[in-house]
Amino acid sequence: MPETLIFYALSGFAIGASAMVIGQRNPMYSVMMLIASFGALAGLYVQLDAPFVAVAQIIIYAGAIMVLFLFVVMLLNAPKEDGSEWDRSHPLRQPAVVRLGGLLASLLVVQLGWALLSARGLGGGVAAFGDAETVSSVRVLGRVLFSEYVFAFEATSILILVAMVGAVVLARREGEGS
Amino acid sequence: MDLLLIAQLGVIGLTFFMLINASAILVLAERKIMGFMQQRYGPYLVGPHGMLQPFADIIKLLMKEELRPKGADKWLFTLAPMLSITAAFAAFATVPWGAETTLFGLLDEPVKLGVSDVNVGILVVFAITSMGVYGIVLAGWASNSKYSLFGGLRASAQMISYELSYATSLAAVILLAGSLSLREVVDGQSGVWLGFIPSWYIFLQPVGFIIYMIAGVAETNRAPFDFPEAEQELVAGYNTEYSSVRFALFPQAEYINMTTMAAVATDLYLGGWHGPFLPPEYGWIWFLLKVGAILFTYIWVRWTVPRYRYDQLMRFGWKWLFPASVINLIVTAALVLYFNA
Amino acid sequence: MIPLSHYLIVSAILFGIGTTGVLVRRNLITILLSIEIMLNAVNLTFIAFGRQLGSVDGQIIVFFVMTVAAAEAAVGLAIVIGLFRHRESLNPDAFASLKW
Repeated sequence: MPETLIFYALSGFAIGASAMVIGQRNPMYSVMMLIASFGALAGLYVQLDAPFVAVAQIIIYAGAIMVLFLFVVMLLNAPKEDGSEWDRSHPLRQPAVVRLGGLLASLLVVQLGWALLSARGLGGGVAAFGDAETVSSVRVLGRVLFSEYVFAFEATSILILVAMVGAVVLARREGEGS
Repeated sequence: MDLLLIAQLGVIGLTFFMLINASAILVLAERKIMGFMQQRYGPYLVGPHGMLQPFADIIKLLMKEELRPKGADKWLFTLAPMLSITAAFAAFATVPWGAETTLFGLLDEPVKLGVSDVNVGILVVFAITSMGVYGIVLAGWASNSKYSLFGGLRASAQMISYELSYATSLAAVILLAGSLSLREVVDGQSGVWLGFIPSWYIFLQPVGFIIYMIAGVAETNRAPFDFPEAEQELVAGYNTEYSSVRFALFPQAEYINMTTMAAVATDLYLGGWHGPFLPPEYGWIWFLLKVGAILFTYIWVRWTVPRYRYDQLMRFGWKWLFPASVINLIVTAALVLYFNA
Repeated sequence: MIPLSHYLIVSAILFGIGTTGVLVRRNLITILLSIEIMLNAVNLTFIAFGRQLGSVDGQIIVFFVMTVAAAEAAVGLAIVIGLFRHRESLNPDAFASLKW
């Protein structure tokens, strides 16, 4: 089944790339790996009949937000993270505490896996209900976005404006302007 | 094998072949037109009238030694040109370049001239084009040279700034056409108004077309906006440290990006393959002519207009071009609403 | 046919990776990147559930998440630049004191 193969390839790629983001110390590589991971996720969205979200994922996440990250990494000439920078004197970083945290985390993973695998109504294929035409239609998407969610949409525009002003104010050097 | 499938694969192969050739032809055309504008001959030695110059260029570049600076980042230095060229080719994937044809009755079902036709085609082109910036930025960073780094920083700032105007002018056309598929946008431009004006969107969107062209020049990093590789300031900008095949891929990607820009402009504003005199099966001739005309304008502008200053570029992009495109979009939206109601 | 639970498992793994990154890495930029991974894991869940229910609401929520992520990245990176100017470091442990 090519569909299943593509799903496993894409999700494996996304997970591998995400692991690489936190698995090595060079921030430049982290940014590149995250872009690769976003690309794989966009492929998963296409499989889920959401081509518009997939394209938006590439344009907004990979094309805009990640360029911003890349720009900052280049601008600061961000130093590679050094192992000696670890501050081990903090009480939460005692070996016993870390081990307890690890134990709780693996417990959570086991519980989550058990819950997902034993839950009913999750089997039988994700595309079993609803028709692909409606879900992937940009027309339907636009209509719902600008009718039902119009208040949230306007609120987001204000959020973006606030973020823009905030970023300009924060990044400005002291004593510059005014 | 299915005959239709073979035809479709043939069309895909042909598109790829044409793109490769487009970059070679553009290299020659640029130098010839530049020579003409500066009252010299341009390349003249290789082949009749220097027609074989691109082959000489390619052979020369392939024979050069591949150098990698000692301080360069091993992986990203190699990845950057590949990323550039891949994005350039992939961006053409949803651009149609001809009407449906049965190849003179050879096929039972018509085959679409173009690699693929998806319902968010314009956005796919836009998304993949915006990936092209990574090639340049990474090349600048990985070279470990201050000139390259400046080129990369400039490229990222410039391309993000002009992407906004670019996308906003696209949105106005999408409003007119009521579809995100490039093929449907082209089909909305068939026919004529008042008996003689072809119903192309350029006549409804003159401002949008100009904004698109200016933003397109900035997106492809060509003069007068060629700041990432401004040779008087930055040696050669982001590709200073590159040589041989890796170097050759950057200009090739630039020329293919130009072709994509011109093809999208033709599809969106100039009616694609619709035109008088020729039957629809030969519409691709119109398409090629229109793309050629736009590419000629690109080269013409490059050798006519001097380079701006970097702060002028940013001021122009944010204070003039972007507001103009937003106003254009709002006016278009209001008019579409008025005439549709 | 890929069952919904497989998408949820992928999403859970991604979210776990993101959380680990926030807890383990000592670089502000990587921490912000890990937050992006977590947001994307949530996006995948929304779209998978939306597809299962045959509605576009999941996709719309993803748009809002994307805009919030863009705002978060802009402000977060501005703060990172400001902090870097103060201490010449990206290590969060360097910013332990509130007074400076």
